[in-house]
Amino acid sequence: MAVSTTIWVILAGALATYLTRVGGHAVLSRFERIPPRVEAALNAVPAAVLTAIVAPYAVFFGAAEAITIAAAVLLALRLPTLAMLAIGWALVWVLRQAI
Amino acid sequence: MTASQPDFWRGVRDAVPILIAVAPFGLLFGALAAENGLTPFEATLMSATVYAGASQMVGIELFGADIAPWIIVFSILAVNFRHVLYSATMGQTIGAYSRAQKALAFALMTDPQFAVTEQKAEKGIATPFAWYLGLALPVYALWVGEAWLGAVFGSLIDDPSNYAIDFLLPLYFLGMVMDFRGRANWLPVVGASALASVAAYHFVGSPWHVSLGGLAGVAVAAMIGVKPGHKLVV
Repeated sequence: MAVSTTIWVILAGALATYLTRVGGHAVLSRFERIPPRVEAALNAVPAAVLTAIVAPYAVFFGAAEAITIAAAVLLALRLPTLAMLAIGWALVWVLRQAI
Repeated sequence: MTASQPDFWRGVRDAVPILIAVAPFGLLFGALAAENGLTPFEATLMSATVYAGASQMVGIELFGADIAPWIIVFSILAVNFRHVLYSATMGQTIGAYSRAQKALAFALMTDPQFAVTEQKAEKGIATPFAWYLGLALPVYALWVGEAWLGAVFGSLIDDPSNYAIDFLLPLYFLGMVMDFRGRANWLPVVGASALASVAAYHFVGSPWHVSLGGLAGVAVAAMIGVKPGHKLVV
């Protein structure tokens, strides 16, 4: 049986993904000392990218989703992630039925 | 080996919230993959080798749309390009790992894996290789197993938005963002990312809001820089 195009695309996608996973480290480890601005930029990466994933949900997906995101931000100030997750999940479920 | 066992199980315990958040999406991926014409073997292979949820979802959507193979590969690359930034940061956190350990650790580096590893390091909690595997392997096993299960029993989830399951991952990522609020420049970074992401989502379209929004936040951090004497935890 010939290997299907789908399998080749999956394997090429996997290789490309692995290169992104090792690439940043492979390139950056060539520097002996990281410049301060680069360090500040790298330090900001997780919050920046995760915010970019979440932000559209607060704007484009409807009132239930927008309200839930706003409530979840406040809940996360006081509660552990898992508790916020449970309350947020229940909230968006109820709001979707109600709105 | 025995000395590293407590670290491994500490990692497994830290994996529990990730497992709960990720579980619905592993099944959803398998089910959607089957709907878009992938066999259970292909769906499982994709989860096992690509192992990056958002890009897999984008990939199977394009498989279903009869698009040139190289465009699908390029789209997967684009969605996952954020890993370059993760990799550069995490390379320092796991600097003590051996070469082979690093090669494996990067293969298992997902959004939550990266977030939790950086979160522990920020709190001064050790992140040895055994702990890293304890955190990663349950999530990997679940993700790969669910792709097969979801593809075989694709009809189990009729409509995930009925149960608001589709909203668990954004909420989880939001929790991660809030956990990082002790970091330098957090508010300007998050503000810039949110604005740029919303603008990119509106004017350019998904999935570019992730890269463009992330880039805006990182650019703001680079412009502000580091305060003299401020100790950055990377």
